[in-house]
Amino acid sequence: MTGLLDDFMTRAALAGVGTALAAAPLGCFIVWRRMAYFGDAVAHAAVLGVALAFGFSLSIFVGTLVAALAMALSVSALSGRGHGVDTILGVLAHGALAAGLVAVSFIEGVRIDLEAFLFGDILAVGRDDLVVIWGGAIAVLAVVFWRWSAMLTATLNPDLAFAAGIDPRREDRLLTLALAIVVAVAIKVIGALLITAMLIIPAAAARVFAGTPERMAVIAAGIGCTSALGGLYGAYYLDTPAGPSIVVVAALFFVCASLIDLARRAPR
Amino acid sequence: MSDLVTAKDLTVRYGGQTALTHVDFHIAPGEIVTIVGPNGSGKTTLLRAILGAIPATAGRIVRAPNLRIGYVPQRLHIDLTLPLTVRRFLDLPRRVRDNDAAAALDQAGCAALADRQMTKLSGGQFQRVLLARALLSKPNLLILDEATQGLDQPGSAAFYQLIEDVRDRTGAAILMVSHELHVVMAASDRVICLNGHVCCDGRPEVVASAPEYRALFGTGTQGALALYRHEHTHSHDADDIHEAAE
Repeated sequence: MTGLLDDFMTRAALAGVGTALAAAPLGCFIVWRRMAYFGDAVAHAAVLGVALAFGFSLSIFVGTLVAALAMALSVSALSGRGHGVDTILGVLAHGALAAGLVAVSFIEGVRIDLEAFLFGDILAVGRDDLVVIWGGAIAVLAVVFWRWSAMLTATLNPDLAFAAGIDPRREDRLLTLALAIVVAVAIKVIGALLITAMLIIPAAAARVFAGTPERMAVIAAGIGCTSALGGLYGAYYLDTPAGPSIVVVAALFFVCASLIDLARRAPR
Repeated sequence: MSDLVTAKDLTVRYGGQTALTHVDFHIAPGEIVTIVGPNGSGKTTLLRAILGAIPATAGRIVRAPNLRIGYVPQRLHIDLTLPLTVRRFLDLPRRVRDNDAAAALDQAGCAALADRQMTKLSGGQFQRVLLARALLSKPNLLILDEATQGLDQPGSAAFYQLIEDVRDRTGAAILMVSHELHVVMAASDRVICLNGHVCCDGRPEVVASAPEYRALFGTGTQGALALYRHEHTHSHDADDIHEAAE
């Protein structure tokens, strides 16, 4: 057993699959709630979190988790105060990314491989990383599984949830927390710039084949895992960057799904 | 029997504006109560306060311990990216048995729709499915917020007939907001005319002839035709009849 995890490709594959499993159901909620830009803002804040982690000698996981949560709270606080939500998200997403890049440059003594955090460094995943990734993934899956129906009701309509004795604000907070965990877990695997892609693309591709929300989440998980493994395989043999390769495979799934959808709708 | 919901001296400020001031409200088991009032008069706010979706700024809302609310929202936007069959929708927020789901669909007059996608339904079908879902919690208070919006006149008449049937069969109280005064007036036990405060309140024929109601809706055919030319602000010429808090 020890021998198995000694292989960097095995560790990378496990990291990719763990991230894809956690991202799939959450990605569905992000698609249904039209929160893609929210996901972007939270993911970009993770770069700031990396700087935070180095500055205060925290683990990268804790630093990114804190930054992602802080971003999510700022978005909620600023929404509905005169600016359009897309404007606020645009300001915060890019502001956080830029601030993160600047902050990282201030950190002395430690040489930070910035590219690793922007695009992921899945081939360098260690055993400790695997524990964090799978721990985070299992936590996210547990929360989403436990609250599935309530989250779905709150997604449909907050008042419908209130009438059924569910507080939709609580479900929103749980979703935000789960998103922050996925971001903190995924930054090592796929990088801050492409995390949203791993959330949204498998879910969007799965939509074509699904008749119920549950099926969409399961199919998205399948597409996500296949993309992770396919992307790794491609990166290994074609010597391409792993994170972007994974996203390219996912995007190919989406293109195929869209073509199938088009063909189905075409008049015969 | 004691009231299902009572609001005492309820004031709600929402989004920086005072939507409701000093509203007293109650609904008894089995009663059909309709709230009428111009746009922005706080009708939906009152419903949402009763649901618990908006906190009371002042005053209080008392709910009976056995209160079970079935809620039919004004409109429910389902994102096209969300695959949801009618049957699966009925399982929200709690799974229900197939028999119960079929019975609810049947009761709402849409038994054949179980396998359809929610986003592919027509307006009338959609409202009936919403009603079926609301019935599944076996509510003793059914709340409908302009449930017939977007339905044509025969469609909405049929829908109100359906709601009366539900009351007669299940004994649930019905609280609804509506713009279609002529239909609603006929079907209601009591009408509340709202304009930030309770203008007047009582049996449909009493409210229809009240000066406050006429100030809001005019006098033509019980107000039905006056719907589109009401004033948003009005003065109370008859403050000796009731005390309005403005």
